[in-house]
Amino acid sequence: MEYLPNIIFAVILILGIGYFARNVQKLIRNIKLGQDVDVSENKSQRWKNTINIALGQSKLVKRPVSGFLHVIVYVGFIIINIEVLEIIIDGLFGTHRIGQELLPAALYGFLIGTFEVLAVLVLVSVTVFWIRRNVIKIKRFLSSEMKGWPKSDGNIILYFEVVLMGLFLIMNATDTVFQGANSGNVISQFIAPLFNGFSIEALHTVERIAWWLHIVGILTFLNYLYFSKHLHILLAFPNVYYGSVSPKGKFNNLDAVTAEVKLMMDPNADPFAAPPEGAEDEVPAKFGASDVMDLTKVQLLNAYTCTECGRCTSECPANLTGKKLSPRKIMMDTRDRLEEVGKNIDANKGEFKDDGKQLLGDYITNEELWACTTCNACVEACPVSINPLSIIMDMRRYLVMEQSAAPTELNTMMTNIENNGAPWPYNQMDRLNWKDE
Amino acid sequence: MSEEPKVPTMAEYMAEGKQPEILFWVGSAGSYDDRAKKITKAFVKILNKANVDFAVLGTEESNTGDVAKRAGNEFLFQMQAVMNIEVLNAYEVKRIVTCDPHSFNCIKNEYPGLGGHYEVIHHTQFIEQLIASGRLTLDGDVYKGKRITFHDPCYLGRANSVYDAPRDVLKKTNATLIEMKRHKGTALCCGAGGAQMFKDAEPGNKEINILRTEDALETKPEIIATGCPYCNTMMTDGVKFKEKEAEIKVMDIAELIANA
Ligand code: SF4
Ligand code: SF4
Repeated sequence: MEYLPNIIFAVILILGIGYFARNVQKLIRNIKLGQDVDVSENKSQRWKNTINIALGQSKLVKRPVSGFLHVIVYVGFIIINIEVLEIIIDGLFGTHRIGQELLPAALYGFLIGTFEVLAVLVLVSVTVFWIRRNVIKIKRFLSSEMKGWPKSDGNIILYFEVVLMGLFLIMNATDTVFQGANSGNVISQFIAPLFNGFSIEALHTVERIAWWLHIVGILTFLNYLYFSKHLHILLAFPNVYYGSVSPKGKFNNLDAVTAEVKLMMDPNADPFAAPPEGAEDEVPAKFGASDVMDLTKVQLLNAYTCTECGRCTSECPANLTGKKLSPRKIMMDTRDRLEEVGKNIDANKGEFKDDGKQLLGDYITNEELWACTTCNACVEACPVSINPLSIIMDMRRYLVMEQSAAPTELNTMMTNIENNGAPWPYNQMDRLNWKDE
Repeated sequence: MSEEPKVPTMAEYMAEGKQPEILFWVGSAGSYDDRAKKITKAFVKILNKANVDFAVLGTEESNTGDVAKRAGNEFLFQMQAVMNIEVLNAYEVKRIVTCDPHSFNCIKNEYPGLGGHYEVIHHTQFIEQLIASGRLTLDGDVYKGKRITFHDPCYLGRANSVYDAPRDVLKKTNATLIEMKRHKGTALCCGAGGAQMFKDAEPGNKEINILRTEDALETKPEIIATGCPYCNTMMTDGVKFKEKEAEIKVMDIAELIANA
């Protein structure tokens, strides 16, 4: 019986981490549904981006208020989680504040003191965040795609932070040994008087409850991530690494098209020639994207990483002038559809069964796609290097090349280019006339 | 124009067995659109004034395919690109200058993958180089103290991070450069990109070019400077819509410099 708490702790830990690991596997499987893409070039720039943009949050601080607060919550959260290490060791081996025993008193006091100060800063920032979301009503949190779950998700994580930080401080305040040592209790010494009337046993019980809830809370938080926009805490790093390192104006050239164009332009090519050995079983390439499997792995990673912050949408010229297009919605739709496909695979023993739905049409409409000016404002604004424009482009390609579903005026423009090398119906031979006008 | 502008073609150079210093890619708008043709001619005036040894493709130039690509028609884009690359490579073109940021972006970033490797520069960059090397001198104080605001073209600015060249050139005119609230990386699109120029906008509550014109009007400008023929059209229309065309001119940087 003596070891019961240790065993319970181990079981909770294994369950918590196990369930998380299972979801991570699913996440990786889902991302792998995407097409391969070459990300081997310019590794040094990729690492630089990861350090500056993901770790250094360089894009985030372009909006000083929210950027600064975010840095506090992020740094605070990561550093305070060092404390979890002690909790895990204590929990598994039945020790109490192993750090206090092993580390020099001054160092331990310094560490916990820092954690306590950060905990308060996090509480303050989180409160401001909550006010921004719910009281000040900042426009980018009110768009139509932010109703229901996305809205609750944004608040839930804030409550999580409050509870975890609160528990951490209470745990310290009611720890008589820790308070007795009087080192590092910079904040908790002011909370301790709240428990003045408590007996030693009662204090101990409160301390234990806070301790257990704290670790259970952290494991719950970890598992909550998978269902939340807060996956970005983990995915921002790979996402920024795999983000584009080319000029934003450079759109990829479709290789499948290049192959066909070469064939058409080559006077020696025999269009009726038998396909080369082995080519018969190849599925003919689909041009553009109509569903998540047509997108690349990086685009799917983008979708899981999106923080739903709406910085993209708040800079989008189409959205600012009342059009339906919202680059944030493009990312959220892609993730929702990918999750749906993932669940479908789970339900059908590892194979996707056609569900009569797709990203195009069921989630994203043509109207949204055609409103884009390809201006790259969304790409520039995104703090975690997501490219909503690339998804819009791939879906336009599908509309035009697979369905011939461009707006009529665009078809006219394209016919003109085909016939006379200009988007207007002018004669190619008149191209230099401006010179003499 | 009193003096007849000199606009030699690559074919003429070839016939003489010579290579020009640079190819001027005129682009479809610059060749056919009435407003854009004025920009083309202003740039030629600058080239002539600075004694730049340049040539155009003339009737051998075809649409870059850029707008087809942004519309989603990768086939048409690659057909156009491959055709143009064939012509450019046959003339052994090494350097290209253009007044159209869309052509600039497309040839610079998207042609290399299809076999077209060139040094491509935007006309504002070229003008900056001409001034820096002393080949072009600006005399007179035509724009001294005038309030000018510059609208960043998406495909020059955000797409290729060229923010300074147009501004440096404008500063050389002794004008007072006033930035709009949204500028450089956060500049608002004029509304023409991504093939929008050729279609009606989707339903909304405002036209993008009106919103961008309002950004510009906040700076109380005398001149709105542009670096793209499509932006120019959009801003000109916006200024007309606001009934400000009597007080505010929309001019390409080439036009500003040609008169300076
Ligand atoms: S590229 Fe398209 S989606 Fe992105 S900001 Fe511009 S118009 Fe909006
Ligand atoms: S795509 Fe980027 S900018 Fe847009 S909501 Fe997602 S994280 Fe924010």
